[in-house]
Amino acid sequence: MAVKDDIRSAARRPAKESGVYFAVSACSVIAVLLLWWTASRNPWVNPLFLPSPADVWSAFADIAREGYKGSTMLAHIGASLRRIFTALLLVFVTAVPLGILCGRNRLIRAVFDPFIEFYRPLPPLAYYSLLVLWFGIQDTSKVILLFLSGFAPMFIAAVYSARRIPADRINGARSLGANGFRLYAFVIFPSCLPDLLTGLRTAVGVTYATLVAAEMVAAVSGIGWMVLDASKYLRSDIIYAAIIIMGIIAILIDSAIRLLIRKVSPWIES
Amino acid sequence: MCAPIEAASAAGLAEPVRPALSAPPSRAADTAGIRLTDISLTYRQGSSPVQVLQGINLALEPDEFACVLGPSGCGKSSLMNIMAGYLKPTGGSVRINGSLHTKPNPQVGVVFQHANLFPWLSIAGNVAFGLRMAGVPRKERKRRAAEYLALVGLEHAAELLPHQLSGGMKQRAALARTLAAEPSIVLMDEPFSALDALTRESMQLHLRSIWQRTRKCIFFITHDVDEALLLGRRILVMQPGPGRIVQNFANPLFREQSGASFDELRAGKEFAALRRQLIALIAGDNTAK
Repeated sequence: MAVKDDIRSAARRPAKESGVYFAVSACSVIAVLLLWWTASRNPWVNPLFLPSPADVWSAFADIAREGYKGSTMLAHIGASLRRIFTALLLVFVTAVPLGILCGRNRLIRAVFDPFIEFYRPLPPLAYYSLLVLWFGIQDTSKVILLFLSGFAPMFIAAVYSARRIPADRINGARSLGANGFRLYAFVIFPSCLPDLLTGLRTAVGVTYATLVAAEMVAAVSGIGWMVLDASKYLRSDIIYAAIIIMGIIAILIDSAIRLLIRKVSPWIES
Repeated sequence: MCAPIEAASAAGLAEPVRPALSAPPSRAADTAGIRLTDISLTYRQGSSPVQVLQGINLALEPDEFACVLGPSGCGKSSLMNIMAGYLKPTGGSVRINGSLHTKPNPQVGVVFQHANLFPWLSIAGNVAFGLRMAGVPRKERKRRAAEYLALVGLEHAAELLPHQLSGGMKQRAALARTLAAEPSIVLMDEPFSALDALTRESMQLHLRSIWQRTRKCIFFITHDVDEALLLGRRILVMQPGPGRIVQNFANPLFREQSGASFDELRAGKEFAALRRQLIALIAGDNTAK
């Protein structure tokens, strides 16, 4: 009973209690860091597997100061983010209109569905070598790999959201004079937007997961490449530093999208 | 002609009842208003066709307030969907001020059971939506939206988003949005049925006064006999199997300059008698079929 009431009041008054939950999260992070520090301090674990926080910090400071293999840390991060954002931009401008059209029109959906259903479950690495053959070993093939991995979740979100727009909303809009393109621009697209942004969150996750794979072949820059390159020399301190950087960047991107969702759709409780 | 009409005559209706299936009376200016001619609707369920509507003929004055009563499944919502242009009838035609109406357009406004506002637009933005689609310049849009918000008593809510409004306010905003597009007829599909009793009564008062001021033709679907008797100038009764209009009469309780409150109307003898008749008519035939 008491637990149930707690959950309910927490749902009702999130602002007041979120501070408590944030403090708990902060404590658990600190606890894990302490555990890490203790574990590496009294060598329970081989430092090759688990370098000490100090080692990772100095590796980070080193990369930040000196750069890694000819490029500064920011250049590496920038190279990766540029690939990701180019891919996501392409995803948004292609998967969204196509997905919305497929969601509204069964015939168009029937045309595209088999291909998307076929390629969607494929691991991106399976066709990466083909992309390299087609588009070369430069950035193009990397961006296309990221694009393909992000396209499916975005497309599915668009189809789903366009299909579940209430019929009354469309009918009401038509009775107010919205037709054809304007129905899409002024009613259907804004109706889908919250779902599209949620789809974008998923797409960012998938694209990010593919990043290291994309930077495996013939890259000399990028945060994913940095991890792979460091692993060749067993520099686990650099691997950890790079992974932490990647994690923080991902959290930042995700928070930005969540902020955007709350901004464009304040009527949805997130 | 058939039993329900005799029953209604027995209730002492002020005006002779017109059989629904006969042709509407011819008028001098025959094109004004809404006219349904021989509407029928059939759809296939498996291999057997289901007749939803049959031989619907109806003429509504440009300033009519018609309340449509009928048991569920009598096809009143299908009829509304046809009038709105959402559904193609199997046969027959809908004419508005003389011209054929086949697709949804701003001539026919619709208010749904749920307010159905665009959640991303402010209340003023919602009300101005039809004007925006019509290409009315921004300034003019704003002015007219404010006018219609004032008409429904929501001028203070202009900048709020729909989710910040109560159910009754949302429904008033929806009504303002529909009226702002300046339709010839407003179709309302049980618009107050989702509201609580107190809000519903205040909405009914609002609607009556709005109709008195705008004189828009309103086609109001309800399953609430009281609501129909309190609001309608004309009352239509539909029955299922196949859906058709079995009663079409001027509401004897209707007063042009209505000073009487709903409570006074409800307390009258005539109200009780008519109410009983209508309920028997709706429920009785339902069980007979």
